[in-house]
Amino acid sequence: MTADHLRREEWAVTLPSLGWLLALFAAPTLLVFAVSFRPADPYGGIGAGWTLATLREMARTPLGPVIARTVRLSALTTAICLALAIPCGTCLARVAPRRQAVLLLLVVVPFWTSFLIRVFAWRMLLHPEGPLKRVLVTVGLADPHTQLLYSEPAVLLVMVYTFLPFAILPIYAAAEKFDLALLEAARDLGAGPWGAFVKVFLPGIGRGVLTATLMVLIPALGSYVIPDLVGGPGQDMLGNRIAQRAFSDRNLPQASALSAALTLAALAPMALAALVQRRPPALEAAARKEAA
Amino acid sequence: MATDGFLIFENVTKRFGAHAAVDGVSVGVQKGEVFSLLGPSGCGKTTLLRIAAGLETPDEGRVWLDGEDITDLPPERRRVNTVFQNYALFPHLTVAENIAFGPRAAGWPRARIREEVDRMLALVQLTDQAGKKPRMLSGGQKQRVAIARALINQPRVLLLDEPLAALDLKLRQRMLVELDLIHDEVGITFVYVTHDQGEAMGLSDRIAVMNRGRIEQIGRPAEIYEAPRTGFVAAFIGDTNFLEGRVEEHLGDNYCRLGVEGFPDIECFNDTGRPPGEPVCLSVRPEKIRISRERPEPAPHVNVVPARVADAIYLGTHTRFWVRVGRHRVAVWQPHARFLLDERPIRWGDEVWISWHGDDGFMLERFSGADAALVATPPERIGAANGGVAP
Ligand SMILES: Nc1ncnc2c1ncn2[C@@H]1O[C@H](COP(=O)(O)OP(=O)(O)O)[C@@H](O)[C@H]1O
Ligand SMILES: [Mg+2]
Repeated sequence: MTADHLRREEWAVTLPSLGWLLALFAAPTLLVFAVSFRPADPYGGIGAGWTLATLREMARTPLGPVIARTVRLSALTTAICLALAIPCGTCLARVAPRRQAVLLLLVVVPFWTSFLIRVFAWRMLLHPEGPLKRVLVTVGLADPHTQLLYSEPAVLLVMVYTFLPFAILPIYAAAEKFDLALLEAARDLGAGPWGAFVKVFLPGIGRGVLTATLMVLIPALGSYVIPDLVGGPGQDMLGNRIAQRAFSDRNLPQASALSAALTLAALAPMALAALVQRRPPALEAAARKEAA
Repeated sequence: MATDGFLIFENVTKRFGAHAAVDGVSVGVQKGEVFSLLGPSGCGKTTLLRIAAGLETPDEGRVWLDGEDITDLPPERRRVNTVFQNYALFPHLTVAENIAFGPRAAGWPRARIREEVDRMLALVQLTDQAGKKPRMLSGGQKQRVAIARALINQPRVLLLDEPLAALDLKLRQRMLVELDLIHDEVGITFVYVTHDQGEAMGLSDRIAVMNRGRIEQIGRPAEIYEAPRTGFVAAFIGDTNFLEGRVEEHLGDNYCRLGVEGFPDIECFNDTGRPPGEPVCLSVRPEKIRISRERPEPAPHVNVVPARVADAIYLGTHTRFWVRVGRHRVAVWQPHARFLLDERPIRWGDEVWISWHGDDGFMLERFSGADAALVATPPERIGAANGGVAP
């Protein structure tokens, strides 16, 4: 079979999913982008004609602190999730198969409960009269006036809790496929345990880490339920602003403009990841030619 | 230290559960030699090699390298390097980066690393592949990267675990020659693990034949082949006939008379002084036995036995005969050193004489059926257990 044939076949196989992506992802996104350039009508709908008023309005509102908080919380969530998921995923991949099934089940079991209910559960745990506070005060780790709930750390905690499984699963999948003999080879060649981990294991599960990063970072950027329920006043993220524009203000163009900004912000790390994943094309082509 | 040498295993035992993968092994590898661990799959070769590399900790015994006890050193602090069976090349690094891995870990200066990597690439003839990732390489090339990656660290001992097993026959033969050249060039001590007697014989200065976690015999290739000390060694290295019998009497000059059912008296070298009455397994290699139509002239210590040809396979360089003596089968390889077509060939059903010198027989302990399952070509078995192993 020629390379051309292969390419044509590849297209045929990809076409359905490409159509799906276009219809359900690209088109709505473009719609959202488009709506940002339409005027709002007083009844919460979209007016006729095109305008830059929404963008001008958005430029006037001081969004800086909200964006900074959104990025900071999302980045921290991602970093903490990765730091926890790499050891967890690795251990998961290395335990005996029967234990592995049980542990994997434990990772996904939270999904059986509604996300909202789990966040409410955290509200109870973090409540000023809640168990966590009482324990911390009893052990002397917190004084009675500390506020657990309605604080930025609380938001971070619940975000890490929520997104951790999305980090563990891809890293587990990558660690499972990793050939442990490579670690032995690294040790044999003079690398210590830490050196072997950093220079051989981490690159070996690199794709898993990348997937985990995207799986956590992108939804984290868009989260609004968590800051809404466990965050304090004036600690909202971009997601909250969008919800506010859409539901309270009933101003769809403004909500769309913010959404578009968020989408662009989320696309940036994905584009970066794609760039990292692409191998130097010249080298690859040369090698393939020689192998043929 | 009971054993002497450069790399010494002293009474090393390694158990996995109740099963001893390596069972009380003591052996000394000399500096600069190619030392092979030869044995069937599962006999503990890899485990012993991993103990030397520090990837496995022995349950008992010590390992010494150049006079230093290295038993408790982690792998990265031992001056030995391994060529792994499946190469274990780092997939995310190029050929050159793979080779530079050890020196980088050791913190060599950049310029020296570059220089040495280039030298290694030249040594294994991969200079033009330096920028490729391992998955772009052929099996033979991967193999050479693995060797270069280990050798660049200038190990005191290079450990090779079945390095040619994954290659096809042609490439295996070429790589064997290359390995030999590389050894001559670098002069490093090699410990070479293989289940292939041909590789071990061709490459090694000395061979240790392993079976069930133990070493059965250590010696130069010719010693192992010509003078096997156990039935397993005789059967595993090359082909052989086993005649089960009994020592009848000593004849002086270190010879003795053997009784084997269905055979006339057999004379055999008896330097180990086995006493009369002891049951033995006589091993005679097929190519040491001569076959002829006419009865050979009697000569001292030569056994002459009448037989009938049961099978003959002409193979160009030699013919393989299986002859019957009474109810026993004996394999005889007859080399063809002269022009054959002028002679009247020996055929199936012919009455013939087979003969061998008493020095070519080795009296060994009885050979077990379990051992027979481990060897590629089971020996022709004679006597009580005949028929247990198909030819
Ligand atoms: N990590 C291990 N766990 C349990 N058994 C093992 C392990 N490694 C090796 N063995 C067992 O030890 C024996 C020797 O294995 P190995 O040294 O790999 O043999 P060889 O290299 O000669 O084929 C085999 O029976 C094998 O099943
Ligand atoms: Mg092995």
